[in-house]
Amino acid sequence: MNMVQAINDALDIKMAEDKEVVVFGEDVGVEGGVFRVTENLQKKYGSDRCFDTPLAESGIIGAAVGMCAAGLRPVVEMQFSGFLYPAFNQIVSHAARFHNRSRGRYKMPMVIRMPYGGGINALEHHSESMEAFYGHTPGLKVLIPSTPYDAKGLLTTAIESDDTIIFMEPKRIYRAIKQEVPEEKISIPIGKSKVLNEGSDVTVIAYGALIREVQKAIVLAKQAGISVELIDLRTIYPLDKESIAKSVKKTGRIITVAEGPKSFGVGAEISALMNEHAFLHLEAPPKRVQGFDTIVPLPMGEHFYMISPEKIFYEIERTVKF
Amino acid sequence: MFKEFDPINNKIFRIINNKGAVINEKWKPKIDDAKLIKAYKDMLYVRTADQMAVSFQRQGRMFTYPPNYGQEAISQALSMVWRKDDWLVPAFRELGAWLAKGATMKEVFLYFMGYEDGTVFKNAQNILPISVPIASQLIHAVGLGYAMKYKKEDKVVYGIIGDGGTSHGDFHEALNFAAVWEVPVVFIIQNNQYAISLPLKKQTKSINLAVKGVAYNIPSIYVDGNDLFAMYAAIQFATDHSRAGKGPVLIEALTYRKGAHTTSDDPTKYRTKAEEEEWFKTDPIDRLKSYLKIKKLSKDINEEKLIEQYKKEVDRQFTEAENYPKYKLEDVFNYLYTDMPDDLRNQMVEHENFLKWKEVRK
Repeated sequence: MNMVQAINDALDIKMAEDKEVVVFGEDVGVEGGVFRVTENLQKKYGSDRCFDTPLAESGIIGAAVGMCAAGLRPVVEMQFSGFLYPAFNQIVSHAARFHNRSRGRYKMPMVIRMPYGGGINALEHHSESMEAFYGHTPGLKVLIPSTPYDAKGLLTTAIESDDTIIFMEPKRIYRAIKQEVPEEKISIPIGKSKVLNEGSDVTVIAYGALIREVQKAIVLAKQAGISVELIDLRTIYPLDKESIAKSVKKTGRIITVAEGPKSFGVGAEISALMNEHAFLHLEAPPKRVQGFDTIVPLPMGEHFYMISPEKIFYEIERTVKF
Repeated sequence: MFKEFDPINNKIFRIINNKGAVINEKWKPKIDDAKLIKAYKDMLYVRTADQMAVSFQRQGRMFTYPPNYGQEAISQALSMVWRKDDWLVPAFRELGAWLAKGATMKEVFLYFMGYEDGTVFKNAQNILPISVPIASQLIHAVGLGYAMKYKKEDKVVYGIIGDGGTSHGDFHEALNFAAVWEVPVVFIIQNNQYAISLPLKKQTKSINLAVKGVAYNIPSIYVDGNDLFAMYAAIQFATDHSRAGKGPVLIEALTYRKGAHTTSDDPTKYRTKAEEEEWFKTDPIDRLKSYLKIKKLSKDINEEKLIEQYKKEVDRQFTEAENYPKYKLEDVFNYLYTDMPDDLRNQMVEHENFLKWKEVRK
């Protein structure tokens, strides 16, 4: 099963199990989504449970807020993460705050799904990785899977959560990785990272499509005699700082790898946390391998922006030799 | 015209029918024969270039492309009415208007090959870049309109949007601001009846899209967008109105997207062959051709020869685009700020160091 199928499967299972789950967005019904993630759901569950909306992202999220207040569990799709901004007000000013504002009277159990990230040769607004926005917004939880299995398990948990979840899907690997995924329901807890590779010289933290790139960098590092511990974050907020600190205390070095702009990003947060929680164990400054503080270039220039295995290895080597 | 065709009555403004016969003499604009023949040729050029763009994309030489197939009359009429220094605020499916403004196919190709340079349109006067976020550009048109009024510049601003965009808040904010400020903006909705897969009837319950302007007290009209004469007349009327300082106008141009949303899209998923065939009968170029035939103006037009000549020209521009200088690292950084922060410059230098390291390692 690839990631598109795994997400579809999680939606299918939750829609079958829970009548309060509704799925909507632009082109998600008849067409089954521009990436086919919601394919067949309308056929199977009817057009009152999986449906197309008029073209208005703010309308989609605002309506989901109302639905949540009435006890539904909307799973909405933003067609591309770069198209979300008209809905920013509804997310930041309402979805993320309603539970607090109403002192717990109204829960906001919505999931906002969206493909994100570069490397797919696309127009402007189709390539960005702005997860730090959402991690920075009080009231939101942010999940990013790196495999079909994790996508299914994390989305299931997200739909069952009573909080508003930003669920970002690395579209570059939507169909690139195939994996055995159980047919039955699986759940992965929010806030738990996963060690994908054990090592002793340096801890690398990554998530989403960049896990694959780090794994390629690990091969280069191994040839250079460097042992890398790789942690897949899986949840951007709340961060699994205990697991990261545990690893850093073992290796003494940390590199964060993320595609979003470097300044004020996920890597900056993790570096700050490790200064707070593992300072005395650090043998080198925490290093951030991130996107530039620029717009993701159009396809002809995008290769400069995208983080390659070589770039990760380059920073691994420099950090270990520090 | 706007009284007779009040969108509240849902009566479409049309001058020629699908067979090219004049059905509304009263409002038929006076366009001389030479101009009409040129209009036909221009539309043929746009269609040829557009179809070649689709096939270049299919060959993997561009990453995407939004076809204009079937919508050529709207841009064409606009380009026949505007003054060269009027403003154009594009969305992303008005190729004819870009070219008429002074953009080149080479630039269009560059953009869809993946160069930002392609949307600068540096030889076109008073045009904004292509805008991808739906409806957002319409408010820029209003801002331009305000500035024209403020600076007492005698220029009209044309803001383009699609049918899907009319569901966006930005569309309504633009209309409201424009009406309140009485700015010289002509809004043109290219209603091609689909927002990717969503048909118009699921986009809105309004009887047409022009009617949305009525509530904002903007003169609005529902026009057959595949009828060059009707579009010309409506845009001319709107332009005169706006240029005279009477405020904005809204034109809904009903058309049909004969192609896909972009080359990544497959319309067979959401519409039927029967529907397509019905709408293909309204094709704007066929209609103008029929009109020219009726008026015996078409005998000097050698279509095959023209297309052959256009193909050569487009090919030449495509070759130039393919031989465009390589994208440089500094192109990623240089334009984000007028005054680049040191930190950003350092990121560029760091990446250069990495690239040198990579080169040595090879």
